[in-house]
Amino acid sequence: MKRSSTGPAARGALKGASSRHFRKWKERGLFSLLNGAALFSVFITLAIVWVLGAETLNFFAQDEVTVGEFFGTTQWNPLLGAEKHFGIWSLVCGTFLVAGVALLVAVPLGLITAVYLSEYAHPRVRAILKPALEILAGIPTVVYGFFALTLLTPALKTLSEDFGSFNALAAGIAVGILILPIITSLSEDALKAVPQSLRDSALGLGATRFDTSFKVVFPAAMSGITSAVLLASARAIGETMIVALAAGSTPKVTADVRDEIQTMTGFMVQMALGDVSNYGVEYYSMYAVAAMLFVITLGFTLVGAYMRRRFREVYD
Amino acid sequence: MTTIPTPLKPAIRLRGFDAWYGDFQALHSIDMDLPENRVTAFIGPSGCGKSTLLRWINRMNDAIPGARSSGQLEINGHDVLGPATDVVELRRRVGIVFQKPNPFPKSIYDNVAFGARLHMKATKAEMDELVEWSLRKAALWDEVKDRLRSSALGLSGGQQQRLCIARAIAVGPQVLLMDEPCSALDPRSTASIEELMVELRESYTIAIVTHNMQQAARVSDFTAYMFLGKVVEFGATLDIFENPDCQETEDYITGRFG
Repeated sequence: MKRSSTGPAARGALKGASSRHFRKWKERGLFSLLNGAALFSVFITLAIVWVLGAETLNFFAQDEVTVGEFFGTTQWNPLLGAEKHFGIWSLVCGTFLVAGVALLVAVPLGLITAVYLSEYAHPRVRAILKPALEILAGIPTVVYGFFALTLLTPALKTLSEDFGSFNALAAGIAVGILILPIITSLSEDALKAVPQSLRDSALGLGATRFDTSFKVVFPAAMSGITSAVLLASARAIGETMIVALAAGSTPKVTADVRDEIQTMTGFMVQMALGDVSNYGVEYYSMYAVAAMLFVITLGFTLVGAYMRRRFREVYD
Repeated sequence: MTTIPTPLKPAIRLRGFDAWYGDFQALHSIDMDLPENRVTAFIGPSGCGKSTLLRWINRMNDAIPGARSSGQLEINGHDVLGPATDVVELRRRVGIVFQKPNPFPKSIYDNVAFGARLHMKATKAEMDELVEWSLRKAALWDEVKDRLRSSALGLSGGQQQRLCIARAIAVGPQVLLMDEPCSALDPRSTASIEELMVELRESYTIAIVTHNMQQAARVSDFTAYMFLGKVVEFGATLDIFENPDCQETEDYITGRFG
């Protein structure tokens, strides 16, 4: 009798307490999981920086190399010959040559496309063009590499005998096509973010659509566009597969795009894939190059992100 | 009563003017004359078509998909709607000031010079003169003359709106359209814009859309009360406010409706 009258109520209370308990633990568990997932990427980044830093210090601790040689000379030859040379600038030059060609291709084409998509394109055209660009962004870079090696280079060779089988121009054009969607997509976002009221004002003053696009909307989106170009530059500088396949493996300081060159990333691939021993100065040099590359791309990304943030504040 | 017998020269003439957005008819058979060098106010509840009407006068609606119109709309005898009309030239002659101040993210100077640079070649001295003239006319010169090169976005809302007026008059329009030009401004800035309108009336034909009855009463010479896409009553502001013909108009003005 007593049990039957208090039982259900007591059970109910107990059940409530246990479910509350369970809920609390579930909340905590989920929180830790989310926290852990977020911290994971931070941890990985820090680990990479740590490894790069430590191995780079190892590199400079070797007898064959000095900081002065690394930053002060232009000959990079860690593998062949009696004397090894570690002048980073020939690799940096190769990287910037390819990235420069890529930007020359992608910036004008990308910005014109972005203006077209944002200011001119009929919604139906836009609905086809935008996904097409995104597909371009999804193509594996090795495909671009082969495209450069087996299609662009032979085409260039028919134009001029001076092009090498590996050359900076073919690789640069392929990298340019690779970063085209980045520039187009981010710039279009920046253009679209310009308030319609500015377009209306310009049109209301008797501006043509062209005047409105290029004298009002484009300048108003300038910081967003700059940031898009900087982020794409970072991508071009860090691009590996295309240059490993098509640009060659001869580090040199040159501005001649017909030449075979080597980029920082290209060198790292060569080292990581080649049969170089896992110690010794040439092995550690890979980390020094990686650290240099990391600093350069980080710089571009940071400036790009800063421009983006500043740009957001303008109209909010 | 939609047309008024008036000795004033009509600047903008509408006859049987209809407008649609897709299948929705936004304006029904508008007949009216907006007199030259006077301020005409359009009042009425939201959605009554007053902004639509204003935006047809310089064909800002061209850009809106599905917007079309029929009937007659002339400015100083020139057809506005026909295919032969040069929209760029039309908009040079018919300036517009929007609800929210929207200066370009450029310097004060470049904002005022923007429209003028599109339409004419001028020397630096001529442009300086035009910028000063426009800013004086918009009662902004004294406040900004020492910082013409700084960003227009640093100005207060009221100053920005006067800058937009300066920008509009710098291209030498005959008509100024104002779409609720004070609704985003504080009372002091509103007062300065209203004073300005009364002064600008000397040189321009002004059409203003407003939700503020007192404003319509203070600044306008003529008032049109619109409802559901029709001009219900149009006449001298004094008559409309003190002795409206229609009960609807009176209800709206006195706040019993709308």
